[in-house]
Amino acid sequence: MEPFLSLKNVSKHYVGVTALNQVDFEIYPGEIHCLVGENGSGKSTLIKIISGTVHADPGTEITIAGEAVHGSQAIDTIHKGIQIIYQDLSLFPNLTVAENIALGQVVASRKHLVNSNELHRIAREAMARIDVHLPMDALVGEISLADQQLVAICRAFTSDVRLLIMDEPTASLTRKEVDALLQVVQEMRSRSIATIFVSHKLDEVLQVADRVTVLRDGKKVGTYPAAELNDEKLTHLMTGKKVTYLPFTPSQNSQQPVLEVRGLSKHGYFKDINFRLYPGEIIGLTGLLGSGRTELALALFGVHQPDSGEILFEGRAVQFHSIPEAMRTGISYVPEDRLTQGLVMNQSVGKNITLTILDFLRNRFNLLDQRKVQTSIRRWVEEFAIKVPSLESPMQTLSGGNQQRVVLAKWIATNPKVLILDGPTIGIDIAAKFSIHETIRALANRGLAILLISDEVPEVLQNTNRILVMHKGRLAGEFVTAQTSLSAIQNLIDHPA
Amino acid sequence: MIKKLFSHHETFVFLAIVIFSLIITFINPSFFTLENMFDLLKSYSLMGTFAIGVLFVLISGGIDISFTAIATITGYVIAVLLLQNGEQLNIVTVFLIAGGIGSLLGMVNAFIIYFFNIPSIITTIATLNIYYGILTVLSKGKWLYGFPEWFGKYTQMYVFKLHTANGTPYGLSVITAFWFALLLIAWFILRYTVLGRSIYAMGGNIASAKRAGFNLLKLHLFVYSFMGLMAGFASVIQALLVQTVAPNSLVGKELDVLAAVVLGGASLTGGTGSVLGAVLGVALIAIMGNGLTLMHVPSYWYKVVIGTVILISVGASAYRHKVSTRRRVIIEVE
Repeated sequence: MEPFLSLKNVSKHYVGVTALNQVDFEIYPGEIHCLVGENGSGKSTLIKIISGTVHADPGTEITIAGEAVHGSQAIDTIHKGIQIIYQDLSLFPNLTVAENIALGQVVASRKHLVNSNELHRIAREAMARIDVHLPMDALVGEISLADQQLVAICRAFTSDVRLLIMDEPTASLTRKEVDALLQVVQEMRSRSIATIFVSHKLDEVLQVADRVTVLRDGKKVGTYPAAELNDEKLTHLMTGKKVTYLPFTPSQNSQQPVLEVRGLSKHGYFKDINFRLYPGEIIGLTGLLGSGRTELALALFGVHQPDSGEILFEGRAVQFHSIPEAMRTGISYVPEDRLTQGLVMNQSVGKNITLTILDFLRNRFNLLDQRKVQTSIRRWVEEFAIKVPSLESPMQTLSGGNQQRVVLAKWIATNPKVLILDGPTIGIDIAAKFSIHETIRALANRGLAILLISDEVPEVLQNTNRILVMHKGRLAGEFVTAQTSLSAIQNLIDHPA
Repeated sequence: MIKKLFSHHETFVFLAIVIFSLIITFINPSFFTLENMFDLLKSYSLMGTFAIGVLFVLISGGIDISFTAIATITGYVIAVLLLQNGEQLNIVTVFLIAGGIGSLLGMVNAFIIYFFNIPSIITTIATLNIYYGILTVLSKGKWLYGFPEWFGKYTQMYVFKLHTANGTPYGLSVITAFWFALLLIAWFILRYTVLGRSIYAMGGNIASAKRAGFNLLKLHLFVYSFMGLMAGFASVIQALLVQTVAPNSLVGKELDVLAAVVLGGASLTGGTGSVLGAVLGVALIAIMGNGLTLMHVPSYWYKVVIGTVILISVGASAYRHKVSTRRRVIIEVE
């Protein structure tokens, strides 16, 4: 059998950067081929080259269905039966579900007029292929994220698809939806559709893949049958390092909780929350998206005002009416979306770090004391081992892990006693994740009390000493990490009593 | 049904028009007469034609400031031609020449925006100045008038004609009818063509449009040259209406047109807007301008009122959007 798609000797150089260096890749009809690698390893570049939105350097040979292709555009690859589901879904929020699914197909068939019957027919057929039902005339911007994901998948099935590429398709799905998606992927194999699956979640990769290609620093490490791999081997291939987690135990044993919450409720957000957080502890807070985790955290940080219940800080009842009040008391919150909420991306690393502590860096004329500014920037960059070309480099030039460390540094600079981390490793790769986890542990060992909010149960298990599970706004259970297991927690999240 | 009606921005603009009309009529009954209405439709055909082009650009996710300068150039060119070879031209050739030059100037905008990736607002501010500057230099600011007789008669040509009590004729002007025809074409393009839906798609998410295989160059070229076409047509309408072409009569009105279209529900971030909305936006501006005059409010107040109405309208629509998104994220709590 000959491969459906084969790439030989793919290189891509941008000014000063090598994104891909002589990579070979091939995929056969009906194969599920996973592409893994850390951020910046060249996965996205490879996909963009396949899609025709980016062109590889001269010397690259691309063959699709036995035919050599040169300089093809997005529309050409679509005509050849290659469909891509992008990580950001690439939908049109202002158009309807039917239009989102069918419009690309109508454009590709070079028609000039649209009529809604035809759009509906194309959309209906695509939905039928993967057996989903969505409201045809709803605006895509107004349906749930999971439904949007389904729209993106349906769109790929409007034409005679022969290769489907999914870039991090499970990032925003619940476990149930992930299972349903993986089933769709399995089913495509039986219809000889090739699938390239890009994911950070190694358990998913190993669950579905026939073969796995590993990229590192723009080079191909190798292609392996999935059956020969396990989590540990794959991590090793991706990072070139051994990553092992030791169980976390608090180094301090304090009797006085730094933060205590008693019967905290806010209508429509969370109800009757009780827990204690001691210095040096890392408590995990997990549960489904929308279970009220983030809302609870925001109430502890003065963004939401609870309706009833008490927050005690070092034994004193406190009420936060604003974020500065919470920060002055000693609580810091690092938001979920580091890129949109935590950082000013086009400003320098130094400016970002000192953003939260400008008040402390004033001289007697109320102006910024540049010497103090420079000293504190240097101190934090060193302490968090942030890798930067220079302190003046803008944030967007940093890797994901280093960006996340700048966010941490920014909030630790305020000298808090309680640190709330909301999804600190979302969207970053294993190596960066590991180093963030090390930083978090180091902070706890210095006596900071940490509340770690995360979707990923393994992350919570690896890095905490206690775990709280939320469900529909209530605390559904509390676990001592050393005495519980992945399945026990997952079970409570999926099927609460 | 009612609920669905109120989910549309257009409904609110329409209600505002009704309320304003009632107030104005109450103070000065001569507002709500057929004669005044037909008059308004005729004189606002100019703004209405500009508005069609602006609507397309806004939906596509861009903005065009240069259209008044384009119209100034096309207006001047046809004025010169009319004065030199007036008898060899007719109304169709005049529209074709103005529209053709307008489209070409719009294409220049499209090329700059697409190939140099410069934000459309910066590009068109620059071309506004270049186009207008060149024309001012060449024309030395001279007014042109004294067009052939055949060109003047269109002002008094009606699709159907009525007479006031004292015998003055009025009715649906051919100029208004021409504008209506343009509206119909625009509505059809946006609603029923792949091109139209692609413009909405590009305005909704340009990166997605590129990945989905849309020809972005073609879309840019169409949108900006269509804007130029409308500007060219508008310049002929202006010349027909006032029978004079002055280099400084249009530049400076860009923001009024933009305001009307935004008032009608088009978003500056792209992807939304409708022909009906744009018409209602122009109508609201027209009625307020006319109404204030009829109510003997000093004309200085006109800008204050327009500004306030725009703020309220855009603010209300942003607030409704905020409420509807907030309703979506609320969590299920037992």
